[in-house]
Amino acid sequence: MSDRRGFLGLRGGRAADEADEPDVWRVIQLARHQDRPYPLDYIERLMPEFEEIHGDRLFSDDPALVAGIGRYHDRPVAVIGHQKGRDTRERTARNFGMAGPEGYRKAMRLMDLADKLDMDLVTLIDTPGAYPGASAEERGQGGAIARSMQRMLRLTVPSVAVVIGEGSSGGALGIGVADRVVMLENTTYSVISPEGGAAILWRDAARSRDAAAAFRPTAASCYRWGIVDAVVPEPPEGAHHDYDEAARLLDGYLERTLRELRRQPPDQRRRLRRERFRRIGAYRGAPTEDGSAPAVGSGDGRSPGGE
Amino acid sequence: MPPHIHISVDRLRRRRQTTQPPASGGEGRACPECGTHFRAEELARNSRVCTSCDYHFPLSAHPRLDHLADDGTWTELWPELRPADPLRFVDLEPYPDRVERAERSGLREAIVIASMRIGGIACLAAVMDFGYLGGSMGAVVGEKLTRAADRAAERALPLIVVTASGGARMQEGVLALMQMAKTIVAVEELRAARVPLIVVLAHPTTGGVWASFASVGDVTYAEPRALIAFSGPRVIEQTTREKLPETFGRAEAQLAHGQVDAVVDRRELPDRLARVLGILRRPAEPEPGAAATWAREGRQRAARAAQALPALSKRLVGRGGPNGDAESTVHEGEDG
Ligand SMILES: [Zn+2]
Repeated sequence: MSDRRGFLGLRGGRAADEADEPDVWRVIQLARHQDRPYPLDYIERLMPEFEEIHGDRLFSDDPALVAGIGRYHDRPVAVIGHQKGRDTRERTARNFGMAGPEGYRKAMRLMDLADKLDMDLVTLIDTPGAYPGASAEERGQGGAIARSMQRMLRLTVPSVAVVIGEGSSGGALGIGVADRVVMLENTTYSVISPEGGAAILWRDAARSRDAAAAFRPTAASCYRWGIVDAVVPEPPEGAHHDYDEAARLLDGYLERTLRELRRQPPDQRRRLRRERFRRIGAYRGAPTEDGSAPAVGSGDGRSPGGE
Repeated sequence: MPPHIHISVDRLRRRRQTTQPPASGGEGRACPECGTHFRAEELARNSRVCTSCDYHFPLSAHPRLDHLADDGTWTELWPELRPADPLRFVDLEPYPDRVERAERSGLREAIVIASMRIGGIACLAAVMDFGYLGGSMGAVVGEKLTRAADRAAERALPLIVVTASGGARMQEGVLALMQMAKTIVAVEELRAARVPLIVVLAHPTTGGVWASFASVGDVTYAEPRALIAFSGPRVIEQTTREKLPETFGRAEAQLAHGQVDAVVDRRELPDRLARVLGILRRPAEPEPGAAATWAREGRQRAARAAQALPALSKRLVGRGGPNGDAESTVHEGEDG
């Protein structure tokens, strides 16, 4: 682990090989560790002042997703993050970090504010998925996630999305369509949780280890596939062992990246953001007998938004 | 039963078992709702809708295009795009084997793009097919939809999207998840070009498809009784221990909750689409001369006004001069 110091993604594109890849199941455990720092833990350490906003102005507030404005390196910044609870009571109150449509609408409120007042936007992703409930469906869960992505694509200010724990399904991506997308070292980004994937593909939720091995949702894999632009290191034993150090390491990446992004004109930034997501995906261009044709989709090589 | 992929379609999957579409249409079949028996040609003649209870049988992409297009004439675009296997994914069987089996049914991918006319108006259509790996969205679906949007934007053609999907394609992992964002980029290209996006939600539209392009249409229709949801009924019941009514997430309920604009019977869909496309048609298309006429009249009015003005003010009007003709742009709608 200790040789993985430094920003993997920024250091000449050191893409880990599969052989290099840490044990997937171990990473999944770390990503979901109940002592892991959550958004408010990072915010507390990175921002001397922070004011949380509440409510979507349409129906209610969603405690599973925190949003607010803070002071970051002497500038105002807008922050959105999935917040899991620390103990049983808080976990229930925060719905285990599973946001409903009100959460994504609150997020959009904050994006509007970021644009209006020219504030950088930082999102912190840590969710097992968007909340699956009948009431959430009735109030437009699908549309809320879609529009939140749409809103992010229209931002005029710089944005960075950071996966700080587990990034599962559309619930994660709903706040993940940023200029730069990065993962902390021991985090996951996946189309579904291993349990969900096992239940569907193996028809047996107990096969979650097999699902994890198949999905390979680690930072190293996501970096190689071009899903994330960089991997931010954690303290040697993992972020939950040293919140201060975890925050310091994130700060190093974040501050520098926002500064870089601010140098681009807004129109260019928006165009590059669209192109970044437009490029993702591997496919074959023509029918072949043996399936050996190289993928022409650009997701097969590395090349998202980063330099 | 084809090994369908996604989270939210368990109920449908059960129904689908009893309603496998006939490959060639030889046999007849019974309506799963009311039991009425139909011969295949009968069913096809009625747009695969039950004549006694209006149950909408699943409709795969090609017959759907036949049904929507004027004279049943359409041209497929980018049929050559096929899935890769970037994760070298193996669950109960390798992903390439699933793809191969799905292709053996004659389908190329879970979405078909075509250029056509509806009610005489040139447009592009993107039609999903639940029969291909549960209509799941992988990189090919994302790419085809993006190309369709690019072409629609470039040629000022409306884009009609018909969805039928269990969501993201698990076997492409997080790359499939990212197609949600990619399709939203496509939708944004249409916005920039001021091109209409009409969405028709067929049964089922769930997961990452509902949470991306399917829910941001300019006008959104749903077929009767189509399940439209981010999370499917079984997932919700397992997670929340709620007992859901039969009507949960169905088109009629989504209409009541304000999530779609109308529930439209499939047999009325082509006319309904033609009407909306007609309403949204650009002035340039029906009457190429209109804009030029308007500009000419505008200049004449300006000249008349100028004559009535004191000499000093005259140079402030009629800026356009003899060369100020506003050329009207006529878009050649038809695709090659
Ligand atoms: Zn019937």
